Amino acid sequence: MTVGRKAASGAPAGAPERRLADIPAAAWLAVVLVAAALVMTIARGPVAVGQTTLNGLVAAGYFSLGAVGLTLVFGTLRIINFAHGDLLTLGAYLTFGISALGLPFWPAAALAIVLTALIAFALDRIIWEPMRRARTSTLQLFLVAIGLAMVIRYSIQFFAGSQVRAVGQDVLSSLSVGPFHLGTLQALVLVVGVAAVALVGVALAFTRFGKQIRALADNMALAEISGIDTLRAVRLIWLVAGGLAGLAGVLYAAAIGSVNPNFGFFILLSLFTAAVLGGIGNAYGALAGGLVIGLAQEWSTLFFNARWKPVVGFAILIVILLIMPRGIFGVGRARS
Amino acid sequence: MSIFNVDFWIGVGVVSGIYGIFTLGLQLNVGFTGLINLGQVGFMSVGAYAMGMLVVDAGWPLALAFPAAILISIATGVLVGLPTLRLRADYFGIVTIAFSEIVRYVFQNAAFAGGNQGILGYDADWRVFQAWASGRLAAIGLGEVAQLPLLVAVWASLLLCLAALMALQSSPWGRVLKAIREDEDAAAALGKNVFAFKLQSLGLAAALATVAGFFLAMNVTYLYPSEFDPSFTFFGYAVLILGGFASYGGVVVGAVLLCALTEGLRFLELPLSSGQSGSLRFIIVGLILIGLSMFRPQGLFGGKAEMQLRA
Repeated sequence: MTVGRKAASGAPAGAPERRLADIPAAAWLAVVLVAAALVMTIARGPVAVGQTTLNGLVAAGYFSLGAVGLTLVFGTLRIINFAHGDLLTLGAYLTFGISALGLPFWPAAALAIVLTALIAFALDRIIWEPMRRARTSTLQLFLVAIGLAMVIRYSIQFFAGSQVRAVGQDVLSSLSVGPFHLGTLQALVLVVGVAAVALVGVALAFTRFGKQIRALADNMALAEISGIDTLRAVRLIWLVAGGLAGLAGVLYAAAIGSVNPNFGFFILLSLFTAAVLGGIGNAYGALAGGLVIGLAQEWSTLFFNARWKPVVGFAILIVILLIMPRGIFGVGRARS
Repeated sequence: MSIFNVDFWIGVGVVSGIYGIFTLGLQLNVGFTGLINLGQVGFMSVGAYAMGMLVVDAGWPLALAFPAAILISIATGVLVGLPTLRLRADYFGIVTIAFSEIVRYVFQNAAFAGGNQGILGYDADWRVFQAWASGRLAAIGLGEVAQLPLLVAVWASLLLCLAALMALQSSPWGRVLKAIREDEDAAAALGKNVFAFKLQSLGLAAALATVAGFFLAMNVTYLYPSEFDPSFTFFGYAVLILGGFASYGGVVVGAVLLCALTEGLRFLELPLSSGQSGSLRFIIVGLILIGLSMFRPQGLFGGKAEMQLRA
């Protein structure tokens, strides 16, 4: 809403300005993204832009799904969950572990997602719930999350080794539509990702639990006095966050064709970026933030070597925190 | 290998000294200023790489490159701090870790930093010094222990930094820092320039990280990016919380304990591959972080009263 806000504050509240401010942030975002795509089309040609946009949409699926859990946990519990990226890794590795037992890939993935959700839930009961009761400081929450991230990551490495593993699916076959190419597996990731994002969006908007979760992330005390069973809702949030992290991990692994024990931690900062972009605590914002990060990182390959993709994510994170720390949609306080 | 192997324990002593100096900087930020700096390893890599490149690419003598690297690192600290210190505590943590990852990716991908091969051949001056020192030590029968000069240098620096920080902490400057940690609005109301003090704290931590980076560089003989991933900072936090929140002396004890514990694991002769023992070290560090934060957040030597962070 920056653009609208600037217009509204820069001049006395005249009618055109107010109308400008009334355009929802989502519309602004769409306008900005389309404008960026058009500018790049002029600079780099439609085929290259179309192809990177397609790749960006593939990435947007797992960024969005990963960021939703991160933002819900932060919004409700004030926990910056450094272990969230490692839940993605866990989901991917559990999928491989289960499919090694003989189950086909996608059923194994479904089981792994359920297991990741249950593990996130169990970690809440064992670690986070006692810490909530003890009213711990930001530093303690940070250190526990960092410790948890290390325990999960290196436990995976302990049992599965540190080497890069191929996903064991057909990563070579691809689909072509006109000048555009997409791996079959990536196309599947794109479809599953879009469907899952849509499903999450609908569930947040229309189900009772979805509304409760959003109410909690928005204002915990207010949610509590309006009769929401916060304990149950918080546990549900961990289940949802864990399950979506597991799904994001599976999609990420399928999209890049391999896994290693560090891969979840390495995209954690991109997930933070998506969450901060969308406004911390705002689940829809995180979905949109994931889209922006996915597109921005892939579009950046039009201008820089692909090795710099992660840096693009970090740079966006820093710039967003510095110039509009409340994100595109968010409200809240970011200054000390 | 015998548990009484002198070279092994001297190696542990060197590493714990390096972590000690590194974590003194974290303690200054976290324990005494209330700044959750998660990017300490970024300042260390900037300092170490600056030193390495000044020697290898620019041909500077090491004795000149090291202080220059400290200045560069301090400047980096100020540059990072200027826009970010006004952020909320948790956002500051995220931004600093993002900074350290950007630094790592730049050193990994930019041609000037040698990429994944890293930087090699900056330590000739140090070898000369070490040979001279070993000759001197031979006079008292200690010439055989190759890393002894490094151990002495690391620990002399650690104790010097420790003494300097403790002196600073009991000065008016140190009291203002603590006031900022307790209540920065109150400190500001008393006319203190909160922002400037935080910036100085961050710059000083960056300088300490560079001293640690110097000894790390001398210990490993070449610099490569993956050495500087965020795990190094997290290991520093484990040292900090083990030794004690807001205790400089605790940092020294914590560094020795944690390094002895993680390195000494090998004497248990567990039936593990070398990769698995490496993973186990980090699992233990993680468990220490979780366990201490949950059950004894002030650490071994920290005061509980010091933990009243508003953040």
